[in-house]
Amino acid sequence: MVRIFLILLFLLPTLATAEEVVLGLSKDNVAITTSFDGSEILIFGAVKREAPIDQSSPLEVVITVAGPSEPVVVRRKEHLFGIWVNTDAVEVDAAPSFYAVATTGPIDQVLSNTEDLREKITIDNAIRSVGAPSNITDAESFTDAVIRIREDKGLYQTLEGQVALDQQTLFRTSIDMPADLTEGDYTTRIFLTRNGEIVGDYETSIAVEKVGLERFLFNMSREQPVWYGLMSLAIAIAAGWGASAVFRIFRAG
Amino acid sequence: MQIYLPIAEVSVNAFLLLGLGGMVGILSGMFGVGGGFLMTPLLFFIGIPPAVAVATEANQIVASSFSGVLAHFRRKTVDLKMGTVLLVGGLTGAALGVVVFNYLKSLGQVDLLVKLCYVVFLGIIGSLMFVESLNAIRKARGAAGGTPAKRRQRTWVHALPMKMRFRTSGLYISVIPPLVVGVVVGILSAIMGVGGGFIMVPAMIYLLGMPTKVVVGTSLFQIIFVTAFTTMLHATTNYTVDVVLAVLLLVGGVIGAQIGTRIGVKMKAEQLRVLLALMVLVVSGKLALDLLLQPSELYSLGAAGGH
Repeated sequence: MVRIFLILLFLLPTLATAEEVVLGLSKDNVAITTSFDGSEILIFGAVKREAPIDQSSPLEVVITVAGPSEPVVVRRKEHLFGIWVNTDAVEVDAAPSFYAVATTGPIDQVLSNTEDLREKITIDNAIRSVGAPSNITDAESFTDAVIRIREDKGLYQTLEGQVALDQQTLFRTSIDMPADLTEGDYTTRIFLTRNGEIVGDYETSIAVEKVGLERFLFNMSREQPVWYGLMSLAIAIAAGWGASAVFRIFRAG
Repeated sequence: MQIYLPIAEVSVNAFLLLGLGGMVGILSGMFGVGGGFLMTPLLFFIGIPPAVAVATEANQIVASSFSGVLAHFRRKTVDLKMGTVLLVGGLTGAALGVVVFNYLKSLGQVDLLVKLCYVVFLGIIGSLMFVESLNAIRKARGAAGGTPAKRRQRTWVHALPMKMRFRTSGLYISVIPPLVVGVVVGILSAIMGVGGGFIMVPAMIYLLGMPTKVVVGTSLFQIIFVTAFTTMLHATTNYTVDVVLAVLLLVGGVIGAQIGTRIGVKMKAEQLRVLLALMVLVVSGKLALDLLLQPSELYSLGAAGGH
């Protein structure tokens, strides 16, 4: 298990409340090695202030981690001529390959709808879908399918109440990333809210990338596909011949 | 032990892959089929993306077929001349098949057509082989070592021009039927992502009238080249050959193929055919059920764009 400690100490001067936070990162990348089997990311930090803590309403923290967004084609099966066939298809313009949102409490209490829509914080809002074909009246159910399928695979997570906040100052959460991660920059956002309004935010990114043998083979397959193909065949033939030779020795001996 | 596959981009258990490779390898050695028709659906099932499964499977079949064919070469049960004729047809067919595949892809129904191909071809071939070999076993029992086996009757196959002598197979037939068999198998193997042995073996036995023992080695010989060609096509156009996945599958596969070849030699031809027929029917039945029963998830996700 790779543990990544994001030490977040944030300093964000805001005119009204003057709640300041400073960010520090001890490690900002996830290395996909041959034995990679998912990763747990620990995100923690503190809120610093010059003035006394605003006691009028509690401070809440929302943390999101988003993988690279890609268009996805969603197909739906229908019963036709006795068999199940893909019929309707909708292209979802941008859906993150991974998305986790962790909060200190229930999302509808921590965050107002307006702020959610503006900053695209919850999973529903993080997926962008425009222009479903006109013959499809229930485009919503295709977007829901993306969320449902990816939630089942652990790629989309809603972690309500999973951010621990002490003394309205220290916060901490951990996010499990599954093994089948897409490479890229994972945008990590931290929002401080009061009364559902965002009073401070910070954005950074975690690089998820293949290293070592994984990197070498991936690059080779893209940059020198002919040699990569020949190498694969050479390995196959060598293995076939090797096994044959070994078995002959066994039989002779 | 979990291992992360660089091209498939998923993490899987290495021992599971070794086991799958070994199991399919034994079948490959026994029956002279590449085993792709079993392995490709199994790889889908454990979560390997279909495009990677099909391409990598082609590479793995090269290894198990090569291992198997060496054993057959030593027993002189490979008809090189017939194999070469089939190969010429096979490479032509594979190239045609890729064109057909890309056309189906543009229609957006490639998955369904691939599955229907599996169900229809596996179903027909499995049933035919099963009935025929059961009859053969019954006859062999009834004869009880008495009457000699009937010579194959002359059919339209023997009336075609461009005859050629295939000494190892003991045949004097036209080159047209083997060429056609090669082309058809080549097309199907490119579309279905398999070596095509499960179609070629019955075609060689029933259509060309080749002796079963020679059929297995010759089929393996042809499959090596067709799947090597397919591997190169996939590696250079779709970048979907996962060498780590291939190595794990083929380590299990080549060992299995050696064991399978030895089991195959000890068994009677009719018994081999009954077993192969049953297995083909099981896979076909499973795929048919997938099409007929309501799936638990009606929606599926795919990558957008044409790559």
